[in-house]
Amino acid sequence: MKRRGSVLIGSAFVALAALAFAAPRVVAADKIDPATEAKAFRNYFTAKFPKVKLDDFVNGPYSMNADMRKQWVEKEEFPPYEFAVDAGKEMFAKPFKNGKTYADCFPNGGVGIRQNYPHFDAKEGKVVTLELALNRCREANGEAPYSYVKDEMASLTAYMAFTSRGKPFDIRIPDDPRALEAYENGKRYFYTRRGQLNFSCASCHVQSPGERIRAEILAPALGILNAMPIYRSEWNGMGTISRRFVTCNSQTRAVPLEPQSDEYRDLEYFLSYVSNGLPIAGPGARP
Amino acid sequence: MASTIRVRATSSGDITEVQALIQHPMDSGFVKDAKGEIIPPHFIQQLKFEHDGKDVFVADWGPAVSKDPYVKFSFKGGKKGDDLRISWVDNKGASDTTTAKVG
Repeated sequence: MKRRGSVLIGSAFVALAALAFAAPRVVAADKIDPATEAKAFRNYFTAKFPKVKLDDFVNGPYSMNADMRKQWVEKEEFPPYEFAVDAGKEMFAKPFKNGKTYADCFPNGGVGIRQNYPHFDAKEGKVVTLELALNRCREANGEAPYSYVKDEMASLTAYMAFTSRGKPFDIRIPDDPRALEAYENGKRYFYTRRGQLNFSCASCHVQSPGERIRAEILAPALGILNAMPIYRSEWNGMGTISRRFVTCNSQTRAVPLEPQSDEYRDLEYFLSYVSNGLPIAGPGARP
Repeated sequence: MASTIRVRATSSGDITEVQALIQHPMDSGFVKDAKGEIIPPHFIQQLKFEHDGKDVFVADWGPAVSKDPYVKFSFKGGKKGDDLRISWVDNKGASDTTTAKVG
């Protein structure tokens, strides 16, 4: 009996595989509908936290915990990221050696455009994040790129986020199979378990937002990038989206990827897309 | 370079509430860098707030105060438009001074 069962299952696999080979394209095209998925993603959070206003999700742990919120409101009177915003503003205005500035690399002079990043670059066929665009701008003008995780990069993105505050995330997925694939890859990365602790991004930020992980309160994945970059008291300084991804990976004892690797870019694309419509709140302050 | 000191002082009746944020590495001298070498101590030793020629708040700090320190206190006296002079000196002899208006 036993042997027969496994033979049957074996042939079922063959049949499935044959089906998949026969029409892989059609199946894929039918499956992916980012707009519907984003809606379902948002509905999951609004149903789980009926008392939290939609725009408040961008405030992460503060939308989940009244006590933390009280402390944060007081902190915001004198926000710790203020120095970074000022430094970023100064750097942004200062010309490169060739006389050009960052403003020349971005639409609208780089002001109020944070909500449009990351975007899908049709020429390259890949996702381009704001951090990547900033370093490419530097390299195109003969300057050395900055580290993606903190300091200058965090200051520049802090300033750019600051000028875009309140504008809703507006991430587009063009009608291009490569863009859809990038979105899919990001989603897969988000839901895949990894590391010694066997956590996926979703284990914490979809399954357990509002819960404590040791002394911290987990932020909901919805709107989690809207407040980037952040000043984390734990870091004693500013950190970018790249830094957040790298640290999340190492905290689950996984091997972090290189900042701005394809997977991280796709992940940022997915996470930003599902937060479409929620306002930019960066730079943020987190404990 | 902009000032390393941010101040906000508001008076309500006879009490003035002051908040300040100072940009300083506040290295304790006990931390190693990525290469394993000790980061030499570099911290603010004295922070002073003066109002009307009088010290209203003086702090003698050591290496245990964290980076970019934040201070909040209030003092009796002070009215809108008064000057508040803030200064710090660190262990390397560097210093900064700024003057803020009470609002």
